[in-house]
Amino acid sequence: MADLIVNLTALAPEIILVAAALTFLLVGAFGGRKASGPVVLACVVVLFIAAGVVLTFSSEAKSLFDGALVIDTLSSFGKVSALIAAAFSLLLAHHYLKIEGRLTSEFGILVLFAALGMMIMVSANDLLSMYIGIEMQSLALYVLAASNRDSLRSSESGLKYFVLGALSSGLLLYGASLIYGFTGSLRFDAIAEVAAQSPSVGLVVGVVFLLCGLAFKISAAPFHMWTPDVYEGAPTPVTTFFSLAPKIAAIVLIARVLFGPFSQMVVDWQQVVIAISVLSMCIGYLGAIMQTNIKRLMAYSSIANMGYALIAMATGTEVGLSGLLFYMGLYLISTLGIFACILAMRRAEGMVEQIDDLAGLSRSKPALALALTALLFSVAGIPPLAGFFGKYFVFLAAVDANLTWLAVLGAVASVVGAFVYLRLIKIIWFDQPGAEFVPMSKVQAGLAGGSALLLLPGAIWLLPALSSWAQIAASSLFING
Amino acid sequence: MEIGLSHYLALSAILFTIGVFGIFVNRKNVIIILMSVELILLSVNVNFVAFSSYLNDLSGQVFALFVLTVAAAEAGVGLAILVTYFRNRGDISVDRINLMKG
Repeated sequence: MADLIVNLTALAPEIILVAAALTFLLVGAFGGRKASGPVVLACVVVLFIAAGVVLTFSSEAKSLFDGALVIDTLSSFGKVSALIAAAFSLLLAHHYLKIEGRLTSEFGILVLFAALGMMIMVSANDLLSMYIGIEMQSLALYVLAASNRDSLRSSESGLKYFVLGALSSGLLLYGASLIYGFTGSLRFDAIAEVAAQSPSVGLVVGVVFLLCGLAFKISAAPFHMWTPDVYEGAPTPVTTFFSLAPKIAAIVLIARVLFGPFSQMVVDWQQVVIAISVLSMCIGYLGAIMQTNIKRLMAYSSIANMGYALIAMATGTEVGLSGLLFYMGLYLISTLGIFACILAMRRAEGMVEQIDDLAGLSRSKPALALALTALLFSVAGIPPLAGFFGKYFVFLAAVDANLTWLAVLGAVASVVGAFVYLRLIKIIWFDQPGAEFVPMSKVQAGLAGGSALLLLPGAIWLLPALSSWAQIAASSLFING
Repeated sequence: MEIGLSHYLALSAILFTIGVFGIFVNRKNVIIILMSVELILLSVNVNFVAFSSYLNDLSGQVFALFVLTVAAAEAGVGLAILVTYFRNRGDISVDRINLMKG
């Protein structure tokens, strides 16, 4: 009994989310249309509260429910960043949906359930809780993609996401069943003991299947085909959410799987991760060159960014893991800012999302143009901005792990990437302006300006804080050796 | 001849392959894709139950029950999305899901 109470108090943030989501479901059902605005805003507040609770109570590492879940510094890093990303994208969504007249309470509740799935993912310490977390997240995300029911694009993107997501869950499960069969356990620590001795062929096949399933979730090439279509078709705030929270949750989960139970099998999985990483960087940036839709461009950009994250993953070292988390933190900040700018691309007749619509932004909206330029320079990795240091630490970890060629390849790919982002900047500053955008909301302006400021002058404060947090989080997987 | 673990594994591998091919080769109907997804999940269940009985360990069978439950939820969500798609498009053939490309 005392044990149960210890377990439940450690899960306080998750319980807050469940209780809030179920209550809001009832409020939304009985309150009708009137309740939808307050419910969505309340969901934002609950996400921030849960993030605060995770931060306050993340003192020592704990294993809960017979090792099904684990709470450590890595899981709190993943939870806090996923929750904050979810909260900000929901805040952007609230404003967008209100203007479009499609504000429903279900939207906020689905984000809460997806966030709950992500929290289980980053805490998972056994194949079953990993699977349940992933499915809980994915089922909510499929519905969110199709949430604009009257739009053909939105429902088509939901359908594509569902079919490929279900396929990836199948691959992941098949891998999980092989891992279970060849190690005799679902628990990560028990799997680690078996995997440390000479791993059988069946186990290696299982790990590869599992990796393929997880690569789908972070949209790494060659499992990226759904990404551009889903990003383009889904409502823009949903795209914002997709490119932030599920990415960090899935990356933390992959790190926990590869660096935990399979840490002794580095030689077996390293080549797979390297192959996925190289393909993602090349396909991501080469695909981005030809795009005319800014959401599709961001989709390819996120594929390429996952390639860089996987360089750090491929090292298999503690330095690599902290570089990975540092990179993901900067990725979240800059992507959130860019999407706040994309959401501000609204004319009197409605949202526009072609790259050419940004033409001459520097004359019509100088502040927005300046913020967007800073954010784009940062993701391109131009030195004084924070994004450069993210790439720098990733490459440093790769060189440390004798993967210099991979770091060089990453540097070459980022030249192609710089072309993609500089083309946007050229359109913003040097092309003839078109019709003006309507004034942006306070939330959009705050998020775009705030993240741009964090990446340039704020970087002096941000970089040391983020990198020490990433180091603390990374150390939790390397306590035993 | 006794039916052993390898027979079950072969069966599940065959079912899994049929399921994956069903998703990629089929050009007709989205419903067939949903059926293929179910086939993949069931092949995984065969694997789990076979391993569970071979290893004398119950957790594999528990996993299979969870997979069944999630598969039901997944089919529900999938069909709901398919219905909204059909309302907007008036058609569910796979080769016409091509509004966005590139």
